[in-house]
Amino acid sequence: MLYTPAPLHIPDGFLSILVSVVCWAITIIVIGFAISKTNKALGEKQIPLMGVMAAFIFAAQMINFPVAGGTSGHLLGGALAAIVLGPWAGMLVMTAVIAVQALLFQDGGLLVMGANILNMGLVTAAIGYGLYRSVAGQSKTVKLTVVGIAAWLSVMAGALLTSLQLWLSGTSQLEIVIPAMLGVHALIGLGEALITVFALAFIIQTRPDLIGEGSESAKASRNWVFAGGIVSLLVVLLSPLASADPDGLERVAKDLGFLSVGQDAPYQVIPDYTVPFLGETALSTILAGVVGILVVGVIIVLIARGMKAKS
Amino acid sequence: MPVTHLKNTFVMPECDGDILYVNELHFAYPDGHAALNGVSLKLCEGDKVALVGPNGAGKSTLMLHLNGILRGRGDVEIAGMRLTRDNLPVVRSMVGLVFQSPDDQLFSPTVFEDVAFGPLHMGLPEDEVRARVDAALEAVRMSGYRDRLSHHLSVGEKKRIAIATVLSMQPSLLVLDEPSAGLDPRARRTLINLLRELPITMLVSTHDMAMVKELFPRTVVMDEGRVVADGLTYEILEDESLLTAHGLEKP
Amino acid sequence: MHFDAFDRYHEKESFLHRLDPRVKVLVTVIFIVSNALLPDGAWIAFLFAWLFVLAANLFSQLGIGYSLKRSIIALPFALIAITVLFSMPGKPLSTFHFLMWNLTITDAGLLRFVSILIRAWLSVQMAILLVAVTRFPDLIHALEHLRVPAILTTIIAFLYRYLFVLTDEVFRLLRARESRSAAVPGSRSGGGVLWRAKVAGNMAGQLFLRSYERSDRIYNAMIARGYAGHLYTLNPHEMKSGDYFTTAFAVAVIFILQILGRL
Ligand SMILES: Nc1ncnc2c1ncn2[C@@H]1O[C@H](COP(=O)(O)OP(=O)(O)OP(=O)(O)O)[C@@H](O)[C@H]1O
Ligand SMILES: [Mg+2]
Repeated sequence: MLYTPAPLHIPDGFLSILVSVVCWAITIIVIGFAISKTNKALGEKQIPLMGVMAAFIFAAQMINFPVAGGTSGHLLGGALAAIVLGPWAGMLVMTAVIAVQALLFQDGGLLVMGANILNMGLVTAAIGYGLYRSVAGQSKTVKLTVVGIAAWLSVMAGALLTSLQLWLSGTSQLEIVIPAMLGVHALIGLGEALITVFALAFIIQTRPDLIGEGSESAKASRNWVFAGGIVSLLVVLLSPLASADPDGLERVAKDLGFLSVGQDAPYQVIPDYTVPFLGETALSTILAGVVGILVVGVIIVLIARGMKAKS
Repeated sequence: MPVTHLKNTFVMPECDGDILYVNELHFAYPDGHAALNGVSLKLCEGDKVALVGPNGAGKSTLMLHLNGILRGRGDVEIAGMRLTRDNLPVVRSMVGLVFQSPDDQLFSPTVFEDVAFGPLHMGLPEDEVRARVDAALEAVRMSGYRDRLSHHLSVGEKKRIAIATVLSMQPSLLVLDEPSAGLDPRARRTLINLLRELPITMLVSTHDMAMVKELFPRTVVMDEGRVVADGLTYEILEDESLLTAHGLEKP
Repeated sequence: MHFDAFDRYHEKESFLHRLDPRVKVLVTVIFIVSNALLPDGAWIAFLFAWLFVLAANLFSQLGIGYSLKRSIIALPFALIAITVLFSMPGKPLSTFHFLMWNLTITDAGLLRFVSILIRAWLSVQMAILLVAVTRFPDLIHALEHLRVPAILTTIIAFLYRYLFVLTDEVFRLLRARESRSAAVPGSRSGGGVLWRAKVAGNMAGQLFLRSYERSDRIYNAMIARGYAGHLYTLNPHEMKSGDYFTTAFAVAVIFILQILGRL
């Protein structure tokens, strides 16, 4: 039995350097938060717990069930991890899982790992936990229903983000990649939803003590509900919009200045940097790239320092 | 197979429990199950004691008390020191506790990191840590396994490395929970020889009565959270009514 | 059953095996970044990047085609880029009919498509080689040295250690499910999709509980050996002058690749 790669893991080469670096920056900031929160909030028992849970998610991704015609449903686990471990710990666990999949199995690239973590680990956890918290105190049926919806949405959000990143990198055409990715993942999401719901039902039944209402404060929990709600809403609104009116999305991106290039060549997002006084030479482009990477690196280090100092 | 009968040479030790002293220990798990109902036990320097009893007798629970992982009502003293919060680190370096499942005991990716874990967390300097790792691996005859990956080891190898992970802390008492469970005959034999050679006081819980007979001069029988017998192994193994009453069999 | 299939490391005595893991991680990442920076159609640079990969294979003693053989892993994803063939404005090369669309491949589209594939293919080969010549625990040490937060490297170390134990458990569960769901030949086994999903979900739940309890036992084993909330590790690696030299050399080569790609 061999390791089989999952569909959302983007390999290196498919995202432009700009998109990759921006995704890394977002991911590092969120992970930085997650680390400072988990360090503060949780006891020493948390280290082996998160470690084994990461192995659990990894192994649970291999559990599948036959659906029809040779296809099978299986688990990504972002929502489940966030619900059973809490959002921050869930994010760290998913980060470790995705990192090992990339490092050990080349399932997903290294430069694009930031994007993969963002799509499959961070957004999924936010949606899963946020929606789950929104029905805290409700009946088990309500909770499990919402968990199912959250799990489905988390996969859709991952697929949507992946599509957008591919499009911004000039790798795919928006009007094709969005409906294709969302269509496929609407089905994959169903598998995710079913396994997540049944797994959680099983856990609630046998060890209800493990799924407390969480250690989050009322305020933090409200924030999560808010965050999860917003992201879900974006997915719900953006997906049909993007599939029905890709030109519209392109216009918006252009108006926001994200796409500094014309409709015809979104792929040129990358090599458009030049250092003014050097003119359009090879050296200038390289220099610009190096400077860009350095700037991002310095920002990341500064943020990490700031967080360490605070915690 | 050389089976040494110790009845002529060994007498029950006379001491006040200079290594381990447990008196009237009671413990109930959070779910209310009373696992220990007044356990008393003394171990002296150089003792090698078998702890036997049916499943659920409370052997593992008792062992978890010996270095303060569980805290019950009653006295536990290690080398004359009462267990308190403050001396927990010292006590943990003196009591080498090896758990039943080697997959839980060996939690690091490599053998080296696992054997070094104890000494590192005792705050020893790097050179000392390395020296101790080498010595501990040598003691369990696994020197060549220093850089191996834990998940590549066989069960028997894992068990021996698990013992090395506490030997590197140079404990004065070795506490082993079912060390021979799940081993094939050869691995079991290697383990028995190893335990015989180790010059440390040890308390070993087991269901392997043949090993008890061969290796341990003294046996403690537990059942339902109590010590029901404590004496010379050959006498206990002769006492058929005691054995059947507590679900044990003569080897 | 052992899942050595998960282990990608190949024991050999080679220059690359002996190199400090930090160097290998850094050079791999820089190489991948460099590929992403190369413009479309930089054929000469791509060619030299490939020679770089070949040379690395050669230095690993694993055989010159080692990474090539294992590099198809990124191929399925190429499907996602296929649309650029038709969507880039440029000189039409060939038109064909697919379902209800008339698709025209343009020269610019082809150029971009092939460039994306080459980048992916070169990058994945380097990543494959990295884990083939570096033991995973050493890779984790490298990450520690490179300032990846300790909590993440620790989780990764645990993940690596218990990956094998827990996947073993998964396959035991899967086998138990299979042996219980044997059906009469000809009839469909095991109820509807929902029922099957429930079985899978319960398996995941069960695995979770077992893992949770295992983490408790591991925690006990850790505190029994002096763990009190802070983890200490020995970092066994030290950069030697050869390591620095190799890094500098590799970076210089990659820099030249970049220049070549822009001439
Ligand atoms: N974590 C726990 N929570 C509640 N009860 C427990 C727990 N661990 C053990 N017990 C109970 O405490 C009693 C003693 O268990 P213990 O594991 O100490 O027995 P043992 O003598 O080691 O048995 P075995 O030979 O099977 O290992 C048993 O009845 C067991 O069910
Ligand atoms: Mg036991």
